[in-house]
Amino acid sequence: MANTSTDAAFVEFERVQKSYDGVNLVVKDLNLSMPRGEFLTMLGPSGSGKTTCLMMLAGFETATHGDIRLGGTSINNIPPHKRGIGMVFQNYALFPHMTVAENLAFPLEVRKIGKSQREEKIHRALGMVQMNDFAGRRPTQLSGGQQQRIALARALVFEPELVLMDEPLGALDKQLRETLQFEITNLAHDLGITVVYVTHDQTEALTMSDRVAVFENGRIQQLAPPDQLYEKPENSFVAQFIGENNTLMGEIKEISNGTAVVQLDGGDLIDAVPVNVTKVGERTRVSIRPERVEMNKDRLMPGAKTLKAEVLEFIYMGDIFRTRLRVAGSDEFVIKTRNAPDQERLTPGTQIEIGWLPEDCRALDA
Amino acid sequence: MSNAKDDDAVAGPVPVAPVPNAPTESGPVLAADGTPLKRSLSRALRRQKGRALLLVAPLLIFVLVTFIIPIGSMLFRSVENDIVSNTLPYTVQRLASWEAESGNLPSEDVYKAMYDDLFVAAEAKRHTRLGSRLNYEQTGISSLFRQSGRGVDDLAGDAADALEDAVPAFGEGETWYALMDAGSGEGNTTLLSNMRDRIGRLNDSAASAEMDFVPSAEIAAVLPRTARTYTEWAVYTVTEDERNPAERDPWELVSLALLEELPTADLSGLSAERAALLQQAQAVDFNVPSYRETLAEIDEEWGTVTPWETIQTHSSKYTAGYFLNAIDAQKTPDGYEWQPEEKQILLTLFGRTLFMSLMITGSCILLGYPVAWLLANLPAYKANLLMILVLLPFWTSLLVRTSAWKVMLQSQGVINDVLVWIGLVDDANRLVMINNQFGTIVAMTHILLPFMILPMYSVMQTVPPSYLRAAKSLGATNWTAFWRVYFPQSVPGIGAGSILVFILSIGYYITPEIVGGTSGVFISNRIAYHISSSLNWGLAAALGTILLAVVLVLYWCYDRIVGIDNVKLG
Repeated sequence: MANTSTDAAFVEFERVQKSYDGVNLVVKDLNLSMPRGEFLTMLGPSGSGKTTCLMMLAGFETATHGDIRLGGTSINNIPPHKRGIGMVFQNYALFPHMTVAENLAFPLEVRKIGKSQREEKIHRALGMVQMNDFAGRRPTQLSGGQQQRIALARALVFEPELVLMDEPLGALDKQLRETLQFEITNLAHDLGITVVYVTHDQTEALTMSDRVAVFENGRIQQLAPPDQLYEKPENSFVAQFIGENNTLMGEIKEISNGTAVVQLDGGDLIDAVPVNVTKVGERTRVSIRPERVEMNKDRLMPGAKTLKAEVLEFIYMGDIFRTRLRVAGSDEFVIKTRNAPDQERLTPGTQIEIGWLPEDCRALDA
Repeated sequence: MSNAKDDDAVAGPVPVAPVPNAPTESGPVLAADGTPLKRSLSRALRRQKGRALLLVAPLLIFVLVTFIIPIGSMLFRSVENDIVSNTLPYTVQRLASWEAESGNLPSEDVYKAMYDDLFVAAEAKRHTRLGSRLNYEQTGISSLFRQSGRGVDDLAGDAADALEDAVPAFGEGETWYALMDAGSGEGNTTLLSNMRDRIGRLNDSAASAEMDFVPSAEIAAVLPRTARTYTEWAVYTVTEDERNPAERDPWELVSLALLEELPTADLSGLSAERAALLQQAQAVDFNVPSYRETLAEIDEEWGTVTPWETIQTHSSKYTAGYFLNAIDAQKTPDGYEWQPEEKQILLTLFGRTLFMSLMITGSCILLGYPVAWLLANLPAYKANLLMILVLLPFWTSLLVRTSAWKVMLQSQGVINDVLVWIGLVDDANRLVMINNQFGTIVAMTHILLPFMILPMYSVMQTVPPSYLRAAKSLGATNWTAFWRVYFPQSVPGIGAGSILVFILSIGYYITPEIVGGTSGVFISNRIAYHISSSLNWGLAAALGTILLAVVLVLYWCYDRIVGIDNVKLG
């Protein structure tokens, strides 16, 4: 039996499909298993099905097919209010006619928790987000960041084991977003809660999550910890979607021992790690991260293949230098170098040679 | 002298020229040309404001002329009461000192003034109007005035006959004119203008016609009442009949006044011609009876205190009488009291109007809320279709819709027929659903429903569905989520719709008139009755004013409780 669930699995999606119109599948054959305490982010462009998955988990959408389990029991037929899942919405969804304290009391009241206990829990939850001074305010009297903190506190106040967050930081400015990212992650780990976080911001996904599920076209393209996702993308969509990426088109010439020789369209040969290419002669898209490109020959392995490049543009960005090159017929090849004292600042028109470690260069589907 | 001023400035300690726009330590901020910034700004804006005002001026004037002024004057009628003092000026004046509590009849002086006033009023045919006005306060008084108007010229007619028999010259209008007109002598213009004023007020019009007649000052001094009545007549003849007083016989009242005054008059100060004529008349033997007896003979009511009390009580220019009537009370000589039981109807009507308006508002909320919710939550194309259905009644005539309800609800109507056909209702006991409160409430709920749905809808549209989801995710059941989260946020819509529906229904007229019968009519139907049938405009105005006040008070209460800022209409 091909059951993906393990004893440790807390949230499970098994062969879940969702269609709104009976013609197109929004979510196609989703299989996902999360252990307790994990911070998992669903990342993807809009319309990729990530929010639909979240809504199915919360109970606001029903799966067309498949099973969603929480703590081992199927929750397909459990109404949202009985699932005990905390949720933070993109627009905060704080009830405008209630004060902050009343907003927090709401989930406790519907659970018929006594007044003294209620107050204690509210106090603790507000303390977690450093908002104890604002208990008497109305949501409209708070800034966006404060509202989001309250929304978070409200989702946590009834001590759910699973908290869902639907692009909670989307409406905030960059600085506030970074602070809150940090706070949310810490809080989640401190409380040991399981979090499913939906975002289309890859930085957010990489910095916050234990694992990231990259969604595209109703499928999970890759489910991996952030470092793997970034360094070892499994297909060209993930490679393109996560971070900045240089791609060169080519054809497989040789595959052996986990390395492949790729002939670029310009004619040059390079070494690469074959990821989802199998046959000689197949078209491939080779991907190299800009910061993994080396222009100092001494740091390359002996015998490593190098490419000629012409400097087109040099951009000073403070902490890094960003240099645009013409490589193998592509004008959009970018390298990033650290602003170190000994780092050379290239002038446009300079001819250089670049290379990289073979494992940093991944041959993906075209 | 501007030069001198400049010199002064130079002669004094030379002031440091203020640098434009520089923040001075004290004083107003200055514009670039040195004028205070505020003045400079207001000058700059004045042109704009003027142009904006010019654009709205036509509408402003239109609204003012066709709406505000008529409503104001209509409301003013609810307290206006100058008909008594305009019709009976001398009586009111003399009656002021009479003490009704004493139980004594007024003095002969008052009776005499009443006789004069009644005579003139009867000639001008204004006495019945006054009778109707006072009849609102004391039933039966209108017939007293009608009766008196008919009988009042008997005595004066006798006097005129006696005078003409003795001195035939008094049968000629010219004789009178020559006697009374100042001609080349000194005229009494004060008397003339007073009388023009008095006749003008009696007829509710300014007596502005040109006239040659000026009462003679010497006659006015010797025979004041004669001169006064003749001048009244002359003014009346010129302004109302548009005839030359020299060619007409005066009112018989003038003869009566003359015969009464002559015996004691001192004719020595008069010109020879006048003295000669009057000496002839002095010889006429006419015994002027007591006016009290004369009036009591016409109608014995005048011999009692009652009509006098009524006149005195209601003789002031402004009255609370209509408002008291509007709440089934009245002002009597003994103070304020309730109307007799059988005349009490208006408070009941007010109560019914409020009750039924509340019922209609309530049913509109109950029926409209789910529709508004559907409208706000359905997908756009379905919502549009539903919206057309909601708006459909607006495209149908109000009269047609109301009549349709008549067809539906009457005892031989569609609903009863169906019920009888099903067998739920016996043919002999068909339901009475029209010409009562039920009919009015059903029909008006239907008619006013869109006014409830639209504001509710516009408010509900602004409540994001994520609130309900949030509530459910926090553990609330569907009902709790609705009641604790969605409903409170839709309250401004309910408030706006309720105000609209309540205010519309409290003054509704056509529908209750058609389907209300007698038990389902509103106060507005009573107002219409007083405007068009009973012609008691004062009472109609008072009822209207009370209605307006009730609406304003409710509006104020609403503002205090819900806050008018929370009302959203779109």
